[in-house]
Amino acid sequence: MDAFTTHTGVGVPLRRSNVDTDQIIPAVYLKRVTRTGFEDGLFAAWRNDPDFVLNRSAYAAGSVLVAGPDFGTGSSREHAVWALQNYGFKAVISARFADIFRGNAGKAGLLAAEVDDKVVQRLWEHLEANPGASVTVDLTSRTVRAGEGEEAIVDSFDIDDYTRWRLLEGLDDIGITLGHDADIAAYEAGRPAWKPATQHAR
Amino acid sequence: MGRTLAEKVWDEHVVRSAQGEPDLLYIDLHLIHEVTSPQAFEGLRLAGREVRRPDLTLATEDHNVPTLDWDKPIADPVSRTQVDTLRRNAGEFGVRLHPLGDVEQGIVHVVGPQLGLTQPGMTIVCGDSHTSTHGAFGAIAFGIGTSEVEHVLATQTLMQAKPKTMSVTIDGSLPAGVTAKDMVLTLIAHTGTGGGQGYIVEYRGQAIEELSMEGRMTVCNMSIEWGAKAGLIAPDETTFAYIEGRPEAPRGADWEAAVAHWRTLVTDDDATFDKEIVLDASTMTPFVTWGTNPGQGVPLGGTVPAPEDFEEPNARVATEKALEYMGLTAGTPMRDIRVDTVFVGSCTNGRIEDLRLAAEVIRGHRVAAGTRLLVVPGSVRVRLQAEEEGLDLVFKEAGAEWRGAGCSMCLGMNPDQLAPQERSASTSNRNFEGRQGKGGRTHLVSVPVAAATAVRGTLSSPADLGPTTEGDD
Repeated sequence: MDAFTTHTGVGVPLRRSNVDTDQIIPAVYLKRVTRTGFEDGLFAAWRNDPDFVLNRSAYAAGSVLVAGPDFGTGSSREHAVWALQNYGFKAVISARFADIFRGNAGKAGLLAAEVDDKVVQRLWEHLEANPGASVTVDLTSRTVRAGEGEEAIVDSFDIDDYTRWRLLEGLDDIGITLGHDADIAAYEAGRPAWKPATQHAR
Repeated sequence: MGRTLAEKVWDEHVVRSAQGEPDLLYIDLHLIHEVTSPQAFEGLRLAGREVRRPDLTLATEDHNVPTLDWDKPIADPVSRTQVDTLRRNAGEFGVRLHPLGDVEQGIVHVVGPQLGLTQPGMTIVCGDSHTSTHGAFGAIAFGIGTSEVEHVLATQTLMQAKPKTMSVTIDGSLPAGVTAKDMVLTLIAHTGTGGGQGYIVEYRGQAIEELSMEGRMTVCNMSIEWGAKAGLIAPDETTFAYIEGRPEAPRGADWEAAVAHWRTLVTDDDATFDKEIVLDASTMTPFVTWGTNPGQGVPLGGTVPAPEDFEEPNARVATEKALEYMGLTAGTPMRDIRVDTVFVGSCTNGRIEDLRLAAEVIRGHRVAAGTRLLVVPGSVRVRLQAEEEGLDLVFKEAGAEWRGAGCSMCLGMNPDQLAPQERSASTSNRNFEGRQGKGGRTHLVSVPVAAATAVRGTLSSPADLGPTTEGDD
């Protein structure tokens, strides 16, 4: 995974709450066995609407999505994170993320930045008034920034310390865990014999 | 101080705990299906890693499989490739697989309990958000993404921050004709889709204790629909009776040892929860959704709400968008809503008890003209059991379609989909836009409401049905 420190890119205001992962990418697009190529399914139903934000040229090259609360609810499909990344998104800003989506984002290297709902409202207003304007998400200082002068929006975002560290370092979780192999083996040695197994010694 | 059930199960699985880091949690059972696993196996292959514990791993085919002609090659080449990929991966990495055509094939969350693999006090994960179903047995069970699937395959562990705890106490008894599904839909309308976020929830109270294992699975299944990390129920005699004698259940002395341990898996009297919700089952009624998330529901006797009924601006906008998508007008009685397709099935309501309930309502009636009823058993075992009891004949005589096992129209990944603007009453778990097919409109309902709706062609409960035609000829 590539390290993530800071990113500045076109902000996309998505004025929707409860954006579930079926909206991010419908099930019919989940049949691929790769991690790439899912951008065609991103917001597939909404992209039929010419007024949908990503269909407007100023936002088409967006890389920072600003969405309403409860983003990424529903299905555990990591394809939702991949679809956003495959399209070009580096970060999603919302007032609240569903647990599984936030976990998947952290694993795959998409920054899920949780901010106060008021910050989302201000970013929406700023991005709608200035189509194509940039938003900066700085993981080092945990800040989100947009606009300039008196209108500037500067606020902090929440992300758990461990995910932040992993993203900053670009670390592979499995590699970290395999470093604790002795602990895992010791735990396994103490598991009760009556615990179920899917395969049995003959 | 005492501990809650969730804390006990969690603590029993901590492999390693360090300040400032998530706990490293051991996973007792890893369930796998074709959609969320191919990239995980590919990751193992690229890194030269093995599956650490194939003996704690089980795979089945469910999301993407046809429910017709399942004995023939899958017609859609992309679907076929995904299913073939699972078969190849299972073979290469030594994972037990129940493929299409196998007697143990079915929806992963129906198969685990049915085999007796789902037991109290376990940690169970799967690349599927409805893994919370297994919490009905007193297990900590939750859905994970594909990166985590790969992590569990390689290490049999997961890094997880310990969630907060919540109790949902449901006092009293459910009135006749009101089911576990109505209970959980009522709860979600109460909490909203994000109300459980960050919590492991323990469902307790008289109404929960009175539920069958199937009913408990329905409640725990939908924990994710209000954002909970997991939902679980303390194991009791109902739980033990369900497990005993199943193929993978402990036997003899192992059974005695297991049950002795399982009896300790209750929340201590002096334990405290971070949050508590109390509801009364005796006032609950059949509950149905009108909108595009599972929290947008009302009693069947109610009406479609208006945006102005909500104070919070996001909720107003969401209501406006939902009504537009659903093609509904505020104030319309729910019972006046005409339905094109009724779907009985899914990991929420596709078990044998659900099919018995549906058949009981349908028996002697006909599916309404212009309405289609699709009955999809949750597993091959459920299908065979239903056929042994003659339930398939009840459905077929009423004019319903009797299908093979799988996720089917719950997520519309296989050919079982709604057409644009087609309206369904569905016993599944999600009414998201396009969930059951692009442009499709879903009302989430209980099994009795689904069956009665199929007969009348409008959202209905069994109480709305006239006398049967049975014995008329």
